[in-house]
Amino acid sequence: MEELLDIKGLDAAYGRVKILRDISLQVRRGGVTALLGANGAGKTTCLRAICQMMVTTTGSIHFEGVAIRGWRTARIARRGIGHVPDGRGTFLSLTTEENLKLGAQANPSRSAMSSDIERIYEYFPRLHERRRQQAGTMSGGEQQMLAIGRALMGRPKLLLLDEPSFGLAPMVVRDIFTILRRLNTEERLSILLVEQNAKLALEMSEQAYLMETGSIVLSGKSSDLANNETIRRVYLGV
Amino acid sequence: MKRSAGSILEFKVFNMDGFLEQLLVGVSTGGVYAIMALALVMIYSATHHINFAQGEMAMFSTFIAWQLIQFGIPYWFAFVLTIAISFVISCVIEVAVIRPLTHRPVLSVVVVFIGLLVIFNSLAGLLFGYTIKEFPSPFSNLEWLSISLLTPHQLGALLVTFALVVLLFLFFRFTTLGLTLRAAAQNPRSAELAGIDSGRMLLVGWGLAGAIGAIAGMMVAPVVFLDPNMMSGILLYAFAGALIGGIDNPVGAVAGGFIVGVMENLLGTYVVGTELKLTVALVIIVGVLIFKPEGLWGRRIVARV
Repeated sequence: MEELLDIKGLDAAYGRVKILRDISLQVRRGGVTALLGANGAGKTTCLRAICQMMVTTTGSIHFEGVAIRGWRTARIARRGIGHVPDGRGTFLSLTTEENLKLGAQANPSRSAMSSDIERIYEYFPRLHERRRQQAGTMSGGEQQMLAIGRALMGRPKLLLLDEPSFGLAPMVVRDIFTILRRLNTEERLSILLVEQNAKLALEMSEQAYLMETGSIVLSGKSSDLANNETIRRVYLGV
Repeated sequence: MKRSAGSILEFKVFNMDGFLEQLLVGVSTGGVYAIMALALVMIYSATHHINFAQGEMAMFSTFIAWQLIQFGIPYWFAFVLTIAISFVISCVIEVAVIRPLTHRPVLSVVVVFIGLLVIFNSLAGLLFGYTIKEFPSPFSNLEWLSISLLTPHQLGALLVTFALVVLLFLFFRFTTLGLTLRAAAQNPRSAELAGIDSGRMLLVGWGLAGAIGAIAGMMVAPVVFLDPNMMSGILLYAFAGALIGGIDNPVGAVAGGFIVGVMENLLGTYVVGTELKLTVALVIIVGVLIFKPEGLWGRRIVARV
């Protein structure tokens, strides 16, 4: 299988504070890759580095064989990387539908916007019920669905998900992950998933990486990592 | 100014006609404050900075209009041309002066704004002189516009204000560019992730503010006459209006502009006198900042520590 995203020797810093050291990471086309690690390990920074958001980077990032490191965030989004950021990044005072329309700005052709919105509503019927509602007044689960829907509106080839389960009830998390699996199998959407819930992330992915203090310390098939003694003890608690 | 003929009650307090007239004049000047307040809000909501040079930029635009009219260009053509030129000038300022300051402390930006204020003021004096100039009103000879209490220009300026507010509302509410502008102002990072170039949106926001200010300048110049210091007081009133309405709320800013216009006129006529009118604006500014910093319709932002 071909690599969709290929990161080699990536360093990233906020101003002078260096966070990431020598990250190498791949996401296969049509695959799901998980990025695990404790709080503050640098997972969110890693996603930000891919999108050149808030950080300065060195190293190489190739997407579909094109070197994208150093591009502007908006250009990377238009190239086909959808990012559901930490904190969801919802436009709180705008309605659900306006949020989705904004997501379509990342789709370079911008055609078929209304049919794309209908498609999002098929995946997330709750959003259809809330389409005229201000996003800031919706529940956490609905806002997470909206954040994913907004990213999908740009018709990305790769979806970066930053802790989609954060702060949500287990039922809602299950629903969201079911939909993410469908998107992966039905639409061959590739996913890079950052998750604190290691069990969930390892079940969902084929490849996984473990981060500690800004570096990748372990990587391999998710099924292998799930049986790794350290991972089982520290991250799965079994 | 007309007074009801033969009225015995010529003293101010109980003259209903006089009161109505002052009220309407207040609404009319309030319209100009409302437009200027809109220009301030346009930049504030995107950058969280108050452009102290907004008034001087509007004054400079009005001089451009005056010069175009002197060249013999018909009023409405000069009007549109001035708006376009002001849009471009404002964009150039954003790129050349403001953008390089993006991550600098607030104080640096404030100093630059004050610098721009002084530069535009001096530049206008240098190019056009400090003598007071008459500025034509496109409405002055439209008799049908005159109702008993307002001059044709006051009524015309009011109509222009309403037209502008409605146009801006439709633009921001129903066009894609309007939507992306609102998004970039509200959450520039998310906008970038959605493929929107926040920098370009900021540029458009500045351009719009400059264009809106130009309209305010051209509407107020026939009343206060054109000179390099024409807008200094008006910017204060507009700032007071924007604060009353909530500095991040365009609808509130328009309402605030009208409220300040009316208060200024009524208090000036009946309470404090013309000399202390500007004090009204300052009292409003200080009062709002102390007692209700988020304004009447603004959002209170609670910072988490």
